[in-house]
Amino acid sequence: MIDIVPVAVEEDLVRVRQKVRQWAATYALSTLKTVKMQTAASELARNILVYAGTGTVFFSAIDGPRREFQIIFEDQGPGIADIEQALQDGYTTGSGMGIGLPGTKRLVDHFEIVSAPGQGTRVIIAMRI
Amino acid sequence: MSEWAEKVIGIFSNRRDDILRMWLESQQKNGYRGMYERIGERELYRQSNDLFEAMIDAAGQVGFASVRKPEWQAVADLVAEITAQRTRTGFSVMETVTYVFALKTVLIEILRQEQPDDIGCFVAEVVTITHALDEMALIATSAYVKTREEIILRQQQEMLDLSTPVIRVWDGILVLPLIGTLDSSRSQVITETLLQEIVSSNSDIAILDISGVPLVDTLVAQHILKTMAAARLMGAECIISGIRPEIAQTIVHLGVDLSQIKTKATLAGALKWAFDMRQLTVVHNAKR
Ligand SMILES: Nc1ncnc2c1ncn2[C@@H]1O[C@H](COP(=O)(O)OP(=O)(O)OP(=O)(O)O)[C@@H](O)[C@H]1O
Ligand SMILES: [Mg+2]
Repeated sequence: MIDIVPVAVEEDLVRVRQKVRQWAATYALSTLKTVKMQTAASELARNILVYAGTGTVFFSAIDGPRREFQIIFEDQGPGIADIEQALQDGYTTGSGMGIGLPGTKRLVDHFEIVSAPGQGTRVIIAMRI
Repeated sequence: MSEWAEKVIGIFSNRRDDILRMWLESQQKNGYRGMYERIGERELYRQSNDLFEAMIDAAGQVGFASVRKPEWQAVADLVAEITAQRTRTGFSVMETVTYVFALKTVLIEILRQEQPDDIGCFVAEVVTITHALDEMALIATSAYVKTREEIILRQQQEMLDLSTPVIRVWDGILVLPLIGTLDSSRSQVITETLLQEIVSSNSDIAILDISGVPLVDTLVAQHILKTMAAARLMGAECIISGIRPEIAQTIVHLGVDLSQIKTKATLAGALKWAFDMRQLTVVHNAKR
């Protein structure tokens, strides 16, 4: 099964967080893991909204060596030129605190980012079930 | 398009007035209490007429069998529009969607009256039309759900906007219970309300209770920090209470620095701190 939530307006962030809660409940994730995933999703979905305008969030469960609850955040926005820099605590090109990306990375079990200028951005996060 | 498919469209065009009359009657009968009052007879006629015309037009181009083709888009748009309007007027899902089913019944009845010699063709056409109108009913249903979701979201928004109370728990001590999602616009309102209240009540202690906040991400944290900084400039000391354990751990991992901020696990703890600050003591009355 897969769930898709488009992100275009602020209210969509509420929808993303609710979806995380639903999925987390389905796989009986602990309260802490649920809140961590919700917070991470909130950050990444807001990055889509702020920096790319619109994008899409995909929810799924994947089978690997261990079962994981995975969320993919995809946009066709401007992309990120220097990913290493964007992952530094405190780096921001906007008016944020610059901890969305590095903070998210610390919250989840698996974090992956693919981005290039003009190519959009894709962030994959996962939590072990 | 088959010869019979074209003939059917001809029949419908010829009997347009009958169809509209029967359809309107049936819409009125099928559980539409107070329908005319809510929509108005002329509007109801206009909607039904527009939808019928659009349908005959699309069917004339590509037939009833091709409802997924772009030629039918105008019909789908009309169905969605009519449904959305009726949903907002407060119709139930059944009341909203039955108008499509009512048309199906009427069209089949008309075909029955004009029954051809070839029963096979008749049955084939009935099946095709049934499919087409079921498709329209599906569009109507999803338009209903979508409109309802929009209504619910707006109502939630309105409720949250209203609920930013600031409570004067004691002389000079304010409590701000934060509840629900703190988006940018709402946080702005909350900050302004608090600052005004600090001035008007001449308070110098403000307790921000976040036990009703589902999530503290960087934006929420930033808002809390900004509100506290502004309150401090106004001469009020702030303290945060109601940080749940999972929220506390998440904040730490996220890397938000709240070390400069006074926090208490519970509102009671924060209140006790506030009383201490003002050198107040709560005394337990000894039993007589
Ligand atoms: N989806 C994206 N598309 C383009 N650029 C992005 C995207 N996400 C992040 N960035 C870039 O990476 C920088 C760091 O992002 P990060 O989320 O860590 O911080 P922030 O959004 O600036 O502030 P915070 O998240 O703390 O409020 C952003 O300022 C922005 O330049
Ligand atoms: Mg961010």
